[in-house]
Amino acid sequence: MASLVSHPDEVKVVSKRFGQGATDIDRYLELDGYKAVQKALAMEPDAIINEVKNSGLRGRGGAGFSTGMKWSFVPKQSAKPKYVLCNGDESEPGTCKDRLIFEHDPHAVIEGVMIGALAVGAKSGYIYIRGEYRYLSIIMQKAIRDAYAKGFVGKNIFGSGRDLDIYWHGGAGAYEVGEESALMESLEGKRGIPRIRPPFPAVVGLWGGPTVINNAETLANVPHIILGGSDWFAKLGTPKNGGTRLFCLSGNIAKPGVYELPMGYNLKKMIYEVGGGIPHGRKLKAVVPGGSSCPCLTADEIDVAMDFDSVAKAGSMLGSGGVVIVDDQQCIVKFALRTMKFYKHESCGWCIPCREGTDWLEKTLTRFHRGGGMKKDIDNMQYLSENMLGRTFCPLGDAAAMPTIAFVKKFRKEFEDHLDGKACPYEKAGAMELVHA
Amino acid sequence: MVPHYPTKRSALVPTLLYAQDEVGYLSDEVIAELASRLDLTELEVRNVISYYSMLTTKPRGKFNVQVCTNISCMVRGGEEILHHCATKLGVGHKQTTADGMFTLEEVECIGACSWAPAAQVNYDFHENLTAEKMDRILDDYKKKATQ
Ligand SMILES: Cc1cc2nc3c(=O)[nH]c(=O)nc-3n(C[C@H](O)[C@H](O)[C@H](O)COP(=O)(O)O)c2cc1C
Ligand code: SF4
Ligand code: FES
Repeated sequence: MASLVSHPDEVKVVSKRFGQGATDIDRYLELDGYKAVQKALAMEPDAIINEVKNSGLRGRGGAGFSTGMKWSFVPKQSAKPKYVLCNGDESEPGTCKDRLIFEHDPHAVIEGVMIGALAVGAKSGYIYIRGEYRYLSIIMQKAIRDAYAKGFVGKNIFGSGRDLDIYWHGGAGAYEVGEESALMESLEGKRGIPRIRPPFPAVVGLWGGPTVINNAETLANVPHIILGGSDWFAKLGTPKNGGTRLFCLSGNIAKPGVYELPMGYNLKKMIYEVGGGIPHGRKLKAVVPGGSSCPCLTADEIDVAMDFDSVAKAGSMLGSGGVVIVDDQQCIVKFALRTMKFYKHESCGWCIPCREGTDWLEKTLTRFHRGGGMKKDIDNMQYLSENMLGRTFCPLGDAAAMPTIAFVKKFRKEFEDHLDGKACPYEKAGAMELVHA
Repeated sequence: MVPHYPTKRSALVPTLLYAQDEVGYLSDEVIAELASRLDLTELEVRNVISYYSMLTTKPRGKFNVQVCTNISCMVRGGEEILHHCATKLGVGHKQTTADGMFTLEEVECIGACSWAPAAQVNYDFHENLTAEKMDRILDDYKKKATQ
């Protein structure tokens, strides 16, 4: 079980019921549970979509696309059944927030999926949870069973004459499966390889039917929006960035943990006040603001508001909310190498720039880090990453290239310090070489 | 599981995991059985198995010790934990101890970043690890197995 933290600056919306026993359906009902879906049942689908649009809720899975807008792309009429798919694959390094939602408030996810289904006219919803999270799948499966037992899902929900089924589905370990079209392939029992777009999932998705795919945190926000109103939710954040965010603070920080802070919370304050600063008297070297695929920010770039637009303006991304803090004892070349090792391992191998690019970068970074680097490698790494950008079927190629470009550009000196046959000058004494996964 | 989906095939991945939990690995018999139940060829089933990192066609130890060395864990000593396990158990990546008790594996992020460094043994998470804590954890599993 993951331990909970808290800080006075937190604004608890999604995490409101954490630690309150809300996995129990009766307790969840006491805490306003299943009120939002009943309210939504009395609303026109367009009114639900508008409410979510106006709330400024943007996807918490990575790209930050407007949730209401995404829902509005689903065709009203469809010959094939429509679906809502909750993405609980959570595999972006640095990200561990959906885990807490499944652990403490599984019914909120169910309710979010249900409201999404009402908005787009779907009759079934699937909640996909990564295979490693077995104990969370057990919690979710029980929550679903309890909701069926009470008649909240299934036939004629809340006497509305509507049928709505919710199912759990488990993965078996693959980062790429978090990508939305690969997620659908995986749910269909295949290798998790992405699909060519168009057609987009909103039109042709799961089993060929129109499908809405949202991150678990995104969906867990929806019941709160329906109950609290879009104005209230929008005002919690910054313009065009409604609500709060579960930020996962990790790495070289005194008080790591998952904190719920308003959108737009200052990163510097997040690190030094909420997270308690950098321990052991060390200094901040870099921050990866939104999971491993996001370009790093240097210590003098952290005076930034943590919302999608401000972080983009600062040259990075808010991504999945995984804030990884790196202190001055760490070697950036090694950090870049570990990041690339991950992408190489997880590339599905379909496109050459991604498959070969990640392999080449990992090999070069390994050789470089061990002291076998050449000056031209530095420019080559940057050139190669830049040429991967936008040239792959799915965004994993970009996710590998973007951080590398930033590491090379912003920490060129650290790369140069490895030259002239010198092995890593930053390596802590006794630290081992990477073992190969 | 099958009634949950419009196609039988969709039940494949969760079913494979359950079968693996029962048998310990995906044996030829399990693959043949699942293929016939879900109207797939064995090749189709193997093709899926080879894609997912949690699925294996090779027997493993009783306890699969998976240590995360990805970024958040790495900067907090994940590699040292892995190294410590390797020394203590006398095995390397994806190797099993002679008594069949432990398999060691270096894994990618397991979603425990804020509680790093972290490891997963079968389905149990172990977090905020130190070498001493890891020793205790491994000893506890060993005790559990021999009781
Ligand atoms: C390689 C890759 C991995 C991804 N992994 C996840 C994931 O684990 N969880 C998630 O919610 N979204 C993930 N995404 C984003 C999804 O493709 C998709 O945009 C998201 O689930 C949409 O939900 P949202 O609009 O609520 O953010 C990933 C994307 C890529 C390219
Ligand atoms: S970018 Fe990489 S992961 Fe995505 S489809 Fe291409 S090879 Fe596969
Ligand atoms: S980086 Fe180790 S659990 Fe996420």
